[in-house]
Amino acid sequence: MVAELGHFCLWLALALAVLQSFVPVYGYTTGKPWMLAVARPAAMLQWLLLTVGLLALAWAFYSHDFSISYVAGHSNSKLPLGYRISAIWGGHEGSLLLWVWILSLWGLLVSLLRGAVPKDIHALVLAVMGMIGIGFLCFMLFTSNPFDRNLPWFPLDGGDLNPLLQDPGLIIHPPMLYTGYVGFSVAFAFAIAGLIAGKLDPAWARWARPWTTVAWAFLSIGIALGSWWAYYELGWGGWWFWDPVENASLMPWLCGTALIHSLAVTEKRGLFRAWTVLLAITAFSLCLLGTFLVRSGVLTSVHSFANDPARGAFILAFLVIVVGGSLALFAVRAPVLRHRAGFEFLSRDSFLLANNLILLTATFVVLMGTLFPLLGEALDIKISVRAPYFNAFFVPLTMVLMMLLVPGMSSNWKKQEGRALLKRLLWLVPVSIVLGVVLVAISGGELPFVAVLAVVLVVYVLLAHIVDWAQKALAFRSGLFAGARRLPRAYYGMVLGHIGLAIIVAGVTQVSFRESERDLRMLPGDVATVAGYEFTFAQVVDRAGPNFNAVRGIVPVTSNGRLVTTLHPEKRTYLASGQVMTEAAIHSNLWRDLYVALGEPIDDTAWAVRIYYKPGIGWLWIGSLLLGIGGLLAATDRRYRSRKQEETDAVA
Amino acid sequence: MKRLLLLVLFCWPLASGAVEDIYQFDSAADEHRFRELLVQLRCPKCQNQAIADSDAPISQDMREQVASMIRDGRSNEQIVDYFVERYGDFVNYEPPLTPQTLILWLGPMLAMLGGALLVGLQMRRARRIARGEDVL
Amino acid sequence: MQSRKGLWMFLPLLAFLGLAVLLASGLGRDTEELPTALAGKPLPEMQLPSLMRRGTEVSNELFIGHWTLLNVWATWCPTCYVEHPYLIKLAEQGIRIVGLNYKDEPDKAREYLASLGNPYMEVAVDESGRYGIDLGVYGAPETFVIDPQGEVVLRYVGELNDRSWQQRFAPVWEQEAQ
Repeated sequence: MVAELGHFCLWLALALAVLQSFVPVYGYTTGKPWMLAVARPAAMLQWLLLTVGLLALAWAFYSHDFSISYVAGHSNSKLPLGYRISAIWGGHEGSLLLWVWILSLWGLLVSLLRGAVPKDIHALVLAVMGMIGIGFLCFMLFTSNPFDRNLPWFPLDGGDLNPLLQDPGLIIHPPMLYTGYVGFSVAFAFAIAGLIAGKLDPAWARWARPWTTVAWAFLSIGIALGSWWAYYELGWGGWWFWDPVENASLMPWLCGTALIHSLAVTEKRGLFRAWTVLLAITAFSLCLLGTFLVRSGVLTSVHSFANDPARGAFILAFLVIVVGGSLALFAVRAPVLRHRAGFEFLSRDSFLLANNLILLTATFVVLMGTLFPLLGEALDIKISVRAPYFNAFFVPLTMVLMMLLVPGMSSNWKKQEGRALLKRLLWLVPVSIVLGVVLVAISGGELPFVAVLAVVLVVYVLLAHIVDWAQKALAFRSGLFAGARRLPRAYYGMVLGHIGLAIIVAGVTQVSFRESERDLRMLPGDVATVAGYEFTFAQVVDRAGPNFNAVRGIVPVTSNGRLVTTLHPEKRTYLASGQVMTEAAIHSNLWRDLYVALGEPIDDTAWAVRIYYKPGIGWLWIGSLLLGIGGLLAATDRRYRSRKQEETDAVA
Repeated sequence: MKRLLLLVLFCWPLASGAVEDIYQFDSAADEHRFRELLVQLRCPKCQNQAIADSDAPISQDMREQVASMIRDGRSNEQIVDYFVERYGDFVNYEPPLTPQTLILWLGPMLAMLGGALLVGLQMRRARRIARGEDVL
Repeated sequence: MQSRKGLWMFLPLLAFLGLAVLLASGLGRDTEELPTALAGKPLPEMQLPSLMRRGTEVSNELFIGHWTLLNVWATWCPTCYVEHPYLIKLAEQGIRIVGLNYKDEPDKAREYLASLGNPYMEVAVDESGRYGIDLGVYGAPETFVIDPQGEVVLRYVGELNDRSWQQRFAPVWEQEAQ
């Protein structure tokens, strides 16, 4: 019964989404305010209905209702409660419901937080979000209904959730990632509403910007969580595989990063209007493209959902309507957006253009590398593209980005005095080189040139931001800390974002050039030394989990005769599916991870054991967290919270 | 428990000899090449995994083969060619530059050049406006 | 000027439509299938022990002068059990089949043939899987067509049955008959 209620709520939500989409648009074109007013309550009610839907599916999982095929396919009577809840998004149908629910949550937030957005544009934004909702609700209801029943012969027990997904990381990774993905629909909706209304000025950018930044922050954290999950759950010590599914989330992130920078130009200077709108459309289009790649089976990937051409065809049709429609709208309306405002070659405006150029080239590299195998199929050649290709482009692009970041951040809008900039760089560059080289030397010496250059650039970016912060804080002439408190949140957001990038690069450099790894054949009692740590393969014991049986290694780790930790890598056999999983054991601190994974048993007593020493890997997660925090800080800057600013703008 | 652990720690290291690496090499440079190649070669059986991160039997065989070829003193290029000859370009995660893959490698560069050209034009136009010169 | 500028704005739309065509072409395609890199090339040099005739070796000479199927199989491969009766049927029709027992235990393999019947005129043993790598094999079953010059004509991955025979093998095989 509960499932039928959930299913019914989805249909009601679809009906409401139709209302939310078309009534306000009709009202806008015919000038009927009451029709515009339909959007807000419709969006709120839609969230309520989808919440009931989501809870209904949660209840089905909680109560082990195996008559529902989705539950039967992704749960099991022995599955622990936490994973039974996260199993809601452990498969295609349920994750789609989460997608739609998060879309409605963004709709609810947009409808509640109108701020200074005029009523007509606000209604149009909600209408566009409603249209996206229609697409995804139809997709779910017609091709992938999570409430489908397996009647009358349903299994007595479920087939179990994929063991790879039975993990705390998977409880939070998809909601975070989807919040980011779907959040770009708000930026997209603002872009379309702006195009329709012909209003894409600094005020428009100010409305769209906090939404975009929040979405970007969640996407950053979501991607990092996914990487972290792959790192500890797949058991090979890798943290980024350039898999199509990972690339699918990286593309909107890169394009979104370009977008938040170009929105800054549009907000502050009124420039790049058409460009910003195009980026907003592209960022969301890439989210939809990602959905298509993951769910249609056109590319081979470890993580892709079940291969189903019908679903692929549906999303592709939706993609063509949404993206094709909005790009056509753009083509027709964009010439209206031309705005005459100038800037000098040396100005923050120019540096941000360069930033966009680099980030979009990076997006293009990912797109090319991900889709080329598909193009190859069409040309009848089989090609695989991964790390060697992507690294060949990403390493230089990131470095140029970091080089330009500092002068960009230090420059004024419109016109920057060349000499002042040079003065800053003239001490910063040599100091960074010296400090960077010293750092490399004292931390173990001898690295290839690229790695040293990366370290120098990290120092350069960190130093530039610390000095800039201190100078700006001191400029208030009320002491460093009092001044620091008076700096706006948006400024801290930028600083944290850039520092986050530097820390990620520092982590990647360390883990790429200083990691060590050993594949060993170990007997109980054997000791292996990796990077100065002695790993003792003390013994192997059996352990019964709630829904699996495990063989567990006991591996005490010592350094200079002192016990550092005892690691417990496991090899688990899940009862329902019989699948065998490697559960790595990791000990982390700020500087390094110690990582042990059990391979296959080699003979009666010996085991294949993989031991990794991963320096700086934690910095990837710390840096990403800083990106997220920075984004949230920037989005809650005072100027977005007060309406006064808008009104003064309107008068001016 | 702690005491037991200490006992374990004190006794075992004395009891056992050196532990055996599954893949043994003469030099650290060879080992480094081994790791590089494992990431560059694709497991033909798996769903888009390198042989470095797959437990499929064919990956194990291929790892073994790579290790033995390195020990025989073959170069990275020879080893990759060996597998490409047998499995096709598919196994190589670093696609070679051929007429067919020209867009793959040159595409991003062309895109960046084209973008740079547009950015340059935009900047020139913006400077003219900033300096109050007439623009079309 | 204005109208030419306006046309530029259609560029993103055009680029996207091109992309959409590419995506559509990928729908429903089997991304798993791999062509053989050996097509048209001689069978890699074979020097393997024979499963049944102990002490003798199987070499490339076996393939010269006849059209032959080279079937890669193992007792650990479930699909091999499924296709086995079909192989026997082919052998009864007079088709020459050579087996490659891949990464298996020879004793188990002999037992398998003793109980299920032997469609192979000869079985080469590749315990280590080294020859499998030479052939570009990544699992079992896989079946190759070898021409009388000892060159690889076709490779098929998966179960050999009436359908796959009609679709993939028959066109090549009938050519030989003429």
